[in-house]
Amino acid sequence: MQHTFSSAGGLAVVPYPGSEPRLLRLGGGVETAYEYRDSGGYRPIGAVTALADTVERSGLRGRGGAGFPFAVKVNSVRAASPAGAGAPAGWTETVVVANGEEGEPASFKDRWLLRNRPHLVLDGIRLAAALVSARRGYVYVSDPESERSVVAALDELGGAVPGGPELAVVRVDPGYVAGEETAAVQAINGRRAVPTDKPPRPYEAGVAGLPTLVSNVETLANLPFLDRWGADAYRAAGTALSPGTFLATVTAAHRAPALYELPYGLPVTDLLALHGIPADSVRGALVGGYFTGLLDSTFTGLTLDHETLRRAGSGLGCGALAVLTEECPVAVAAAVLNYFDRENAGQCGSCFNGTAAMAAATTALAEGRAAADDLDRLRRWSTVLRGRGACGTLDAACNTAASLLDRFPQEVGAHLGNSCPDCASTPVTDRAPYRVETEALL
Amino acid sequence: MKIKLDRTLCDGFGICARRAPEHFPLDDWGYASLAGNPVIDPTDEPAVTRALLDCPVHAITALPEPGRSDTGSATTAPESAQK
Repeated sequence: MQHTFSSAGGLAVVPYPGSEPRLLRLGGGVETAYEYRDSGGYRPIGAVTALADTVERSGLRGRGGAGFPFAVKVNSVRAASPAGAGAPAGWTETVVVANGEEGEPASFKDRWLLRNRPHLVLDGIRLAAALVSARRGYVYVSDPESERSVVAALDELGGAVPGGPELAVVRVDPGYVAGEETAAVQAINGRRAVPTDKPPRPYEAGVAGLPTLVSNVETLANLPFLDRWGADAYRAAGTALSPGTFLATVTAAHRAPALYELPYGLPVTDLLALHGIPADSVRGALVGGYFTGLLDSTFTGLTLDHETLRRAGSGLGCGALAVLTEECPVAVAAAVLNYFDRENAGQCGSCFNGTAAMAAATTALAEGRAAADDLDRLRRWSTVLRGRGACGTLDAACNTAASLLDRFPQEVGAHLGNSCPDCASTPVTDRAPYRVETEALL
Repeated sequence: MKIKLDRTLCDGFGICARRAPEHFPLDDWGYASLAGNPVIDPTDEPAVTRALLDCPVHAITALPEPGRSDTGSATTAPESAQK
């Protein structure tokens, strides 16, 4: 059985056939507090140690991009709090931040959750706050509609989540780097929403200098399920190392974008069938958004879990999957690198120079102006610049350049001195691949 | 001695690379990064401390080290602590 419906803007929203969705919701419209409570939400919080144990056993991994174990993050915040892990609830000073900024252009899942299921997210914040004994929390967004939705949800509850922390909504201008966890902390602290160098990380010194749990909106939205049904039920979907389900924003040329809830470990071919893309038409993919670079057609032989994609030299990231069929990988890589050139924070010299240099080299390639020594420089930059930025932007650019050279050598070679119809159709400097398709429908 | 190089502050003066080149490699545009372990071998501390003190934008700082009496200091420990 396939449940399909559309959100107000027209993005197709599809739970995985035959399984009960945990994060998506059948039926249109914004879920009200009454509906959420009626479906079992906002349960009284029992023993925090039991909840912490459930979270630990569940193997819940972050949905913001890195797939970091949530329990490890929670334990780091607890250990960094003034009174240590054994402090009584409400006594220590820690902070929870729900990160819904979603700077990744090809992703829409966090905004969907905030717009359509604000109470699920608020319930997740409440449970996370209990785990780290936080009395203050923030919902960090850039999407005005998400802000309106969360504020309206809080109004429904009389201004505060019962049994939860004191909450505020902070909205910033959208940007690729604004979603990074230290950028979120900076913005909440009243500064520009750009990343800082590490250490310290937010768990050591975050909002107002306090140990801060910054967690992705989708990660937090998994906590009510865990609290209600337990770790074994959570692990009933997914793989041993990537348990549970995840939200995947899928875009592909000539197909309407869709938001799916999928079990980790799903074969890519199953997703392609669901989305109506013939596997033999797939030329490659941008997996995990813009961060991990390009995969070639071997993408179709993989499964969608952290361990498999990491072994393939890629990553699931935030679950954004852009499938290349007719698009030229040179044009896609050049456009992504130009995006990083525009969107980097302008702070680290290696980053603002390196992204500009790699963007220029790939633009020349796309326009048929590149020579072999341009490719030699691109290859060298993609190696030596890795790890030289305070956030992941420069590494993302290195991934894009290196994956283009490694996985599409024939296409790259064919562009030396020659452009192609796709590269020539629109200047690569003006594109943001797979973003327009999503936003145009909303 | 444990140090941090804040890459958002580095302005590419390159003085650190002259003082302790093996710890502060420069990129094509002259910006530094911290190579290897942020915990500096005692034999390298004088050169790295010189780099720290000479950085015009204070991008290099010494980090606190538990159990070390000169924790957080940007200079060498006072004489009394070295005995």
